[in-house]
Amino acid sequence: MLNFILRRLGTFIPTFIGVSIVSFLFIRLLPGDPILLMAGERGMTDERYAQLMTQFGFDQPLLSQYWDYLKGILQGDLGTSFKTKRPVWDEFFTLFPATLELSLCAIVFAVTLGLPAGIIAAVKRGKWPDQALMSTALVGYSMPIFWWALLLIILFSGMLGWTPVSGRISLMYFFPTDTGFMLIDSLRSGQEGAFASAVQHLILPTIVLGTIPLAVIARQTRSAMLEVLSEDYVRTARAKGLGPLRVNGLHALRNALIPVITVIGLSVGTLMAGAILTETIFSWPGIGKWMVEGISSRDYTAVQGGLLMIAVIVMVVNLVVDILYGLINPKIRK
Amino acid sequence: MPLLDVRNLSVDFKTANGQFRAVDGVDVQVDVGDVLAIVGESGSGKSVSMLALMGLLPWTATITSDSMMFDGVDLSRADDRTRRSIIGKDVAMIFQEPMSSLNPCFTVGFQLREALKAHLPLSRRERQKRAIELLEQVGLPEPERRLRAFPHQLSGGMCQRVMIAMAIACKPKLLIADEPTTALDVTIQAQILELLLDLQKDTGMALVLITHDMGVVAETAQRVSVQYAGQKVEEQGVNDLFANPHHPYTDALLAALPERATTKHLPSIPGVVPGQFDRPAGCLFSPRCQFADDHCRQVKPGNAPAELGHARCHYPLIKGVPQREAS
Repeated sequence: MLNFILRRLGTFIPTFIGVSIVSFLFIRLLPGDPILLMAGERGMTDERYAQLMTQFGFDQPLLSQYWDYLKGILQGDLGTSFKTKRPVWDEFFTLFPATLELSLCAIVFAVTLGLPAGIIAAVKRGKWPDQALMSTALVGYSMPIFWWALLLIILFSGMLGWTPVSGRISLMYFFPTDTGFMLIDSLRSGQEGAFASAVQHLILPTIVLGTIPLAVIARQTRSAMLEVLSEDYVRTARAKGLGPLRVNGLHALRNALIPVITVIGLSVGTLMAGAILTETIFSWPGIGKWMVEGISSRDYTAVQGGLLMIAVIVMVVNLVVDILYGLINPKIRK
Repeated sequence: MPLLDVRNLSVDFKTANGQFRAVDGVDVQVDVGDVLAIVGESGSGKSVSMLALMGLLPWTATITSDSMMFDGVDLSRADDRTRRSIIGKDVAMIFQEPMSSLNPCFTVGFQLREALKAHLPLSRRERQKRAIELLEQVGLPEPERRLRAFPHQLSGGMCQRVMIAMAIACKPKLLIADEPTTALDVTIQAQILELLLDLQKDTGMALVLITHDMGVVAETAQRVSVQYAGQKVEEQGVNDLFANPHHPYTDALLAALPERATTKHLPSIPGVVPGQFDRPAGCLFSPRCQFADDHCRQVKPGNAPAELGHARCHYPLIKGVPQREAS
């Protein structure tokens, strides 16, 4: 097992270098000049411009800029944000808990609804519950996420007034955010109604961000279950006289989980991408919103650093998924 | 009253090309302590009829029968809960592919104790003790270690022993073995058959052995039921069947046994079992029967009397000679 993990960590190195190149080039390929943007409407003299170019190192060839960047990464230094003048590393981890909190809620939402939906659809294949669930899933999957968010806001915030429109917590509450997780901090503050407010603020973003993973998980669970349900060992389980809950929910599901957790692992990437839109719509102060702002102000260091961190997170999650394979099905562990 | 009494069982499968009848009006009777062999070629519906009894067919199957009485309960009319209280406890089944019949995600011990837990009021400790006993009973050495093993760590023969242990866990009255040795090595086949027969003698349970191996039948069964294309074509005691088969199909099957061959080339039955689209109008075996005439090809035969093995034939054989004047 340890051997396996070390081998997988070894494959991280080329992937990591690849991602660092892509993230470095990506932002530089965008038209626009960070220094001109910094100057704003007033513009600047040619001398000042040249001076700033030298100061940020943009007069160097791309290769040597990349080399400096790589050297920084290896020392745990992602550079300093042009805009805020703070280290990118600090910025990222100040905002990351908000994104993590939202992503975790979205994943929990997607799994708790998607798994049962997929199982039910597979067990009732061809009948109306299957058709209803799978067409709903297809609609959820195909829906533009920003439009879905606006619809929900109009209905639940605008017309019904059940949920707030944006932010992480009502402005009435103020307390230290030590962990960065609003659910935990609001509980720790002991202020009455703070936790409820935090939960209310989470509901709509969670649904919006979780919808596509939910649809993917439901469909994947269904097809994995369908395959497994015709296996001999499921027949054996039924031949023992076990009830449908135990046959489908234990004997079949455990085997069907392999492709499902693969999809869950991959959807972490989707979540990070989806977070960019969702956070922007709901003014959620997470890394998604931070990156969008970084891109529009051509904050090279922030964007390339953020991309790199997200890539590392996705890689680690998928390593965890690989380890889970062996725990779920010992046959794969060899 | 027989332990198992199935009357007029038919099974249809929904396929892309319409309904396909896999089992056609089969009767099965098994007495307490009986050993019945069901023989037939692949596709003759022998497994399907037993799976129908157990309620293990996929959703595409439609099962019809006059009755399926087991030990006083009509399984064809019982609700799911009643059926589940009988399946796995009083009727158990083992399958053709032992390696894939065990769940790869759970240990042998888990799967064995689960069979006990489903039907018997035993404590954890008692279940573990019984599981060890069962593995000893089926001849697996080091039972404690085996209980912790996963199926992929065992050989095919060992898996089948585990399957047998699971099947006899609740001391069933009837064990159905669906080609239990087909997927195993020849040397292991004999061991598994011997184990099944020993268990049958020791516990007095009835045994239904589904096979296409006439050699296995001769060694094991008391009675033999021969199926062809979903129909039962003959049923006799094993000695009578081998001495004097009444249906031409049985006769041809026996003639194909290597021990009985008199010519240099092994005799075979020409043609194949009819499928969904080429079912003959008359006797289903008529296209392959050496004795068939126009009457056979046009009119479905009924069943001959018991002394002629209930043979589903217009001209049942006596000592290899068709009795044409009989009908």
